[in-house]
Amino acid sequence: MSIDMSQFFQVFFEECAEHLASMENLLLELDPSDPDPEQLNAIFRAAHSIKGGAGTFGFTDIANTTHSLETLLDRLRKEEIALQPEMIDAFLHAKDVIAAQLAERRGETTSGLDGDAAEVVMKWLDVLAGADGHSPGDASPGQLSPPPAPAAPDTSRAPLARFDIVVHSSTVEEAAIEGLIGELRSLGTLEVTSEPDGSNPQMSQTTPRTWRMILTAAVAEAAVRDLFEFVVPLEAVEVATMLPGDVPPASDLPQLPAAAEAAYGFFDDDESGPAIVGSMPAVNGTAQQDEGFGFFDDAPGVPAASAAVEAATQGFGFFDDAPGAPAAAASHAVAEAQAAAPASVGRRVSDRAANAPMRAGRRATDKQVTSAGDSASIRVGVEKVDMLMNLVSELVITQSMLMQSASVIDPVANERLLSGLGLLGRNTRDLQEAVMSIRMLPISFVFSRFPRVVRDLAGKLGKQVDLRTRGESAELDKGLIEKIADPLTHLVRNSLDHGIEAPEVRVAAGKPATGTITLNAMHQGGSIVIEVSDDGGGLSRERILQKARERGLPASDAMTDAEVWQLIFEPGFSTADTITDVSGRGVGMDVVKRNIAEMNGSVSIESKAGEGTRIAIRLPLTMAILDGLSVKVGGSTLILPLNSIVESIRPSKEAIRTVGGRARTIAVRGEYLNVIELRRLFCAADAPAAEMPVMVIVDAAGQKAALCVDELLGQHQVVIKSLETNYRKVNGVSGATIMGDGRVALIVDVPGVMRTGNGFAHAA
Amino acid sequence: MSNINRAPSATGATPGTAPVPSGTSEFLTFKLGAEEYGVEILKVQEIRGYDAVTAIANTPDFIKGVINLRGVIVPIVDLRIKFSLGSVTYDPFTVVIILNIASRVMGIVVDGVSDVQELDGSQIRPAPEFGAGLDTEYIIGLGTAGERMLILVDIERLMTSRDMALIDETASVH
Repeated sequence: MSIDMSQFFQVFFEECAEHLASMENLLLELDPSDPDPEQLNAIFRAAHSIKGGAGTFGFTDIANTTHSLETLLDRLRKEEIALQPEMIDAFLHAKDVIAAQLAERRGETTSGLDGDAAEVVMKWLDVLAGADGHSPGDASPGQLSPPPAPAAPDTSRAPLARFDIVVHSSTVEEAAIEGLIGELRSLGTLEVTSEPDGSNPQMSQTTPRTWRMILTAAVAEAAVRDLFEFVVPLEAVEVATMLPGDVPPASDLPQLPAAAEAAYGFFDDDESGPAIVGSMPAVNGTAQQDEGFGFFDDAPGVPAASAAVEAATQGFGFFDDAPGAPAAAASHAVAEAQAAAPASVGRRVSDRAANAPMRAGRRATDKQVTSAGDSASIRVGVEKVDMLMNLVSELVITQSMLMQSASVIDPVANERLLSGLGLLGRNTRDLQEAVMSIRMLPISFVFSRFPRVVRDLAGKLGKQVDLRTRGESAELDKGLIEKIADPLTHLVRNSLDHGIEAPEVRVAAGKPATGTITLNAMHQGGSIVIEVSDDGGGLSRERILQKARERGLPASDAMTDAEVWQLIFEPGFSTADTITDVSGRGVGMDVVKRNIAEMNGSVSIESKAGEGTRIAIRLPLTMAILDGLSVKVGGSTLILPLNSIVESIRPSKEAIRTVGGRARTIAVRGEYLNVIELRRLFCAADAPAAEMPVMVIVDAAGQKAALCVDELLGQHQVVIKSLETNYRKVNGVSGATIMGDGRVALIVDVPGVMRTGNGFAHAA
Repeated sequence: MSNINRAPSATGATPGTAPVPSGTSEFLTFKLGAEEYGVEILKVQEIRGYDAVTAIANTPDFIKGVINLRGVIVPIVDLRIKFSLGSVTYDPFTVVIILNIASRVMGIVVDGVSDVQELDGSQIRPAPEFGAGLDTEYIIGLGTAGERMLILVDIERLMTSRDMALIDETASVH
């Protein structure tokens, strides 16, 4: 029985994940002032399906949370109450809680989910559902609703309030905190959103530990502070009353399986204590804005005197040369920015920070009708698709062999045969394309997560950001889609944190208060280019050079801008003065670059002080295809990955010199490079050496070497096949491919060969 | 069922027409020099000619390289070299047996494929210790079919062995 059930669990989990994703999309699209009843119904249906499934399988926690969600949605749907922006926050939070509960059920998270998180969000939803006011002002008539303003906590008979409590201390004892938590629980509902990881021995003594919790209780702020008085030093405790709209940012919940954050160590709650004030946009937002963006501090801004309209035009003009960007879209964007700028300057600055990004995030998604999810689809195992691809590529080879044999026969006598072969050729190509497209997914699968990321982070940083996405329909291999998500998330966060300035700074610089981050995907030749651009402050050349010198990196004033920008990809490089919980630790950009290099892609940066930054990622369409140069070495064909090749030269015999009798070296543009004889690594000892060898200069991880080959054959796109499927790892070989004639050619692992090559040279 | 393991009354094997309904296994027999070998037919995927092998450097000489088998990269081992049997020549009649072993595909080069033999338990005798050449560890037994003696190879064990260096666990042995 249990085996049977677990089979269904898997289906339930997958369906749930789909429902949650579509729910989030719908929520972000929802316009609080004029909710589309059809969208509300769709959200309700998603919640209802999850509840039904969870109930059937006995996941009562998920069912309970969804029930609260559903109750509120039901009332909204029946138009008994009006939709308020806060409700959307509550829904999104509830969605995160459900996702976390789901992940726990799946066994993905080890730390047990605090039941309080669910309880808080359920209570919140129930309060919202209970309130029958029709305008935001009427929403708190009773005893249960949160206070409308931060002034309320000082009154002695306080209504139910939410407090954000942060304790960070290296001295306080675990037991004391446990006692405190117990006392806080007695006041009301406590949700511990982060606590130090006790299992980590390094954390125990020296590092300051941080607890973060959210208390929902009918007490005054002072009363909460009093509790801490004799346990921890007062300066180690921060208590802040939260506004109803201040959702604890989803990314702060350690239970969430947020891969992106984990990968870059961004949201390490253990260390983020001192900076956590940033999450209170309404209260502390401005203070942080002044210090948090060291990267762009001295960026010369656009003169404040220039008109907002002009700034907008300039800002977009910088990106006008975007390859493939439709001119119409660009001009549309400019027009829109012009319209928005004068209106927003006066009003939006004073806007509650929590509201602005929500509007921003929604506006971007409003414009395009999301096509995902509408079309019918079937689930097929990846191995079936791979098998199909194998068969088709074999068919292509067979077909080209047939064509080759047919090229010698009499075209007149065999006219029908030849025309049949021509038809076969065309059909084979069509078939190959169709099969390749099975693995391709539109990039909107990645882009769709960003409205939420931007919304949360903008709220946290107190910035106003508009996210635009273009080219969502560009398709990319499924494997790449999964791998590109983390680096892209990092770049978007960086743009938000370092790129887009605070609203006041932007207005002072003559730009619209709302910054714009644009995600753009387009096909270019055989690759896809994904751009993350912002109209923020741009990179500061002087500052990067200065930091680079401090860190002892090779940096000179003579470097071109492009070379300077590449410095930010150096490990540990950060020009931010203060480490915030968003970024500034210097982990990240090097990881981004490495991840992209692993996908055989490249990153380039364009930036202009005061106008913005554009980071372009160029990737091959699929992991399975590599741009390669085929070379002949001692009778066999090898493939060198094109992205590691710098140049190839045919030196005179004298140019190759020996060192210590054996090791050979060659001077290329002032550098002495190690000569690696591919013949010695890949061929039998008796293979004849070429009279005039060609040197292919390769670059791997910043190191150069000259690979000695007999002949250059040509440039191909090759399909990468693993040797390890049926054989094993071979030193110096990263894979194999099948050439047009059906033979197998080995793909050279350039870094590996450079290691082995040097090893041989030393051993010799 | 119960009489399968009972030794037959007659010494010497009954010819191919042995009326044993079950408990028999089929072996593909092939030649290496003058010796006849057999591998379980269920492990055999197909038989093909020897062509277009891409050599891989720094491997033992009996690993001839890899071929493209309908889009799958398959390593090829020459058993004649491995066991120092037969004359190692490659011509249009050289045969490769493609095996499906341990969810991998690999090929072996042999002198020639003879036929498929059905053998029951009584026709398979344990091999004596030879002390050289092919380790008895890799031999299921010696099969008798008429006048012929078949060396029945536990091909899965042989091909996945450390000796063969075909699988990554043995990569460290260099």
